[in-house]
Amino acid sequence: MKKLCVCFVVFGILVPNAVLATEPVKIGMVTTLSTKAGYLGEEVRDGFKLAIAQEEGKLGGVPVELLVEDDGRDPGKAKQIADRFMKRDGVKIMTGIIFSNVALAVVPKVVRSEVLYISPNAGPSDLAGKGCNENYFNVAYQNDNLDEVVGKYVSDAGFKNVYLLAPNYPAGKDHLAGFKRYYTGKISGEVYTKLGQADYAAEIATLRAAKPDAVFFFLPGGMGINFLKQYSQAGLNKTIPVFGPAFSFDERLLGAVGAAALGVKNGSQWTQDLDNPANKQFVAAFRAAYGRTPTLYASQGYEAARLIGSALKSVGGDVNKLDQLRAAVRKADFESVRGQFAFTTNQHPIQNLYIREVVEDGKGGYTNQTLKTVFTDHGNAYVDACKMK
Amino acid sequence: MPSFICLATGEVGVFMLLVIEQILNGLQLGVTLFLMSAGLTLVFGIMRVINLAHGSFYMIGAYVAATITAYSGSFLLGLVAALSAAALVGMLVEVLVLRRLYKKEHVEQVLATFGLIMFFNELTRIIWGRQPMFMDVPSWLSSSVEIIPGIPYPSYRIAVIGVGLLVALFLYLMFTHTRIGMQIRAGASNREMAGALGINIRLLYTLVFGLGTLLAGLAGVMAGPILAVEAGMGESILILTFVVIVIGGIGSVRGAFIGALLVGMVDTLGRAFLPALFRMFLSTAHADGVAASVASMLIYILMALILVWRPKGLLPAHA
Repeated sequence: MKKLCVCFVVFGILVPNAVLATEPVKIGMVTTLSTKAGYLGEEVRDGFKLAIAQEEGKLGGVPVELLVEDDGRDPGKAKQIADRFMKRDGVKIMTGIIFSNVALAVVPKVVRSEVLYISPNAGPSDLAGKGCNENYFNVAYQNDNLDEVVGKYVSDAGFKNVYLLAPNYPAGKDHLAGFKRYYTGKISGEVYTKLGQADYAAEIATLRAAKPDAVFFFLPGGMGINFLKQYSQAGLNKTIPVFGPAFSFDERLLGAVGAAALGVKNGSQWTQDLDNPANKQFVAAFRAAYGRTPTLYASQGYEAARLIGSALKSVGGDVNKLDQLRAAVRKADFESVRGQFAFTTNQHPIQNLYIREVVEDGKGGYTNQTLKTVFTDHGNAYVDACKMK
Repeated sequence: MPSFICLATGEVGVFMLLVIEQILNGLQLGVTLFLMSAGLTLVFGIMRVINLAHGSFYMIGAYVAATITAYSGSFLLGLVAALSAAALVGMLVEVLVLRRLYKKEHVEQVLATFGLIMFFNELTRIIWGRQPMFMDVPSWLSSSVEIIPGIPYPSYRIAVIGVGLLVALFLYLMFTHTRIGMQIRAGASNREMAGALGINIRLLYTLVFGLGTLLAGLAGVMAGPILAVEAGMGESILILTFVVIVIGGIGSVRGAFIGALLVGMVDTLGRAFLPALFRMFLSTAHADGVAASVASMLIYILMALILVWRPKGLLPAHA
């Protein structure tokens, strides 16, 4: 019996790569596919799957198996799924979480369990600052990035009296803080609305009375649709321009907002028209595969997959070599659809940030067009707060 | 926002205009809530069924209207289709599901109708997909009207207020001046006796339920151009609707009318003016946060106060 064990151990040491090569690397994706926000997870998943399909079931030449589970936007449920992925499936790489509150519940335990987590969306300040961890990477953005770019742009464009609007919950306050970090003018009013509020007539009337020269809002999902429609019905879109992060202006939401969003400028790290070969190839392939224009979330899912692919390639598919795998992820040696891409020391993107404008796509729908590069090689505000060596 | 302390004389006029505009906004929210709560309170008062799925008919109304309007280009056609769909699906649900629940406990009714919410939400996702639908204001209502000089108010919202008040009048006349209204009232106060007098109670219940869901569908159609048409849109308004019927007195349409206007006003005016009020006592940053929290609690505080004063609501049906 003892001999047999030794035999196995020796065998295990000698030919690990050969054994692993036959068994695909499992990647666990915890994401939001149900509830109103379900389309976000759908986009991330579809972008990720596209990268795998382009390599015919592989990432970086290594066969992979993608396990997808719906967290229903529920932190408790997401934790259970993550546990199951780690314990039952022995997953060593995870990704997929959409919402910051879900990420804050799941990620700390995952990264403590020596599993790599690559965030394709949620980038709460906590995980970038004092809660940073060597096993946590965000390939999309730090949450404040998309507000910072708008703050800078609005200041540069000469707006001096801006009215702010966000839902009354932690992320709402974070996003307004991100805007204020680079905005230099006066704040005409700062209003926190109910989370999930449907009717903004009261806020819009108060806003009009305050006579600001611009409005900045962070109202994700249906809230943003409601606000934009009612804002344009009140006729204010012709007199007081609105600005916001890209979250209310992705291609799938734009269909529901319609002409009310036309011409609105919003901040993003990616647009479908970015001029680089990797992006052109991605947008064309995504359209061919799914018959729709990818949103920024789809690009983030795709980037997560490609980043993981680059790391898998450098370790030959052996996910048990965690140190080497992590070092390879840190290098970010992949062709990003955003052009230049690298990681900060707290493992969030260093990337360009853009202002884009909502335009007609010529097929009766709406899309975004890049207007201006506001930040080049922009990191995030939490690098110093992260004590990671 | 004009803070109360620093109102110069010239600003008073501007401020008054803002107050009038906010009252109109409150009226509009109130009227929408009335359409929802009239149906819910009827079903509750007459059939004694807690129907959590009432918001689903609001959603069905909005989805059907958005779809038909997009295909045909006619808002009125969308409206007719949506009302028929909401009423028909409502009557179907009554016959297939609710009829089995009349004699059951409230817990079972809650469970069954909660199941219906999930069923309808998933069904809309299967039929229409996950992304919200687009619905625009009809072109003949897309302008603004200056009812009072200096306040351009969207004509669509005025139309919503008008339709809501007309429906209230119609329901009042129906209950007090028609045979069917009398039968409904009879069925509500004593089901067995009404049945013995030759009223077809089964049919009556189906019709009442259909009327309730039709009104919910109407509220959904009118909300469509203002709000995001998406799966689950009924739940956010359903909570307010329950607050309204509890305040108004369960089962009373008249109570629902008063409750709806009260909730609409308190909610809107609270959101509009609490921040300015709190800025008189607190620093700006602090005031905004506190005001937002208090504004979202305001209608529940109102409900609690009214229940302390009149435990059965303002105008209970079976007082």
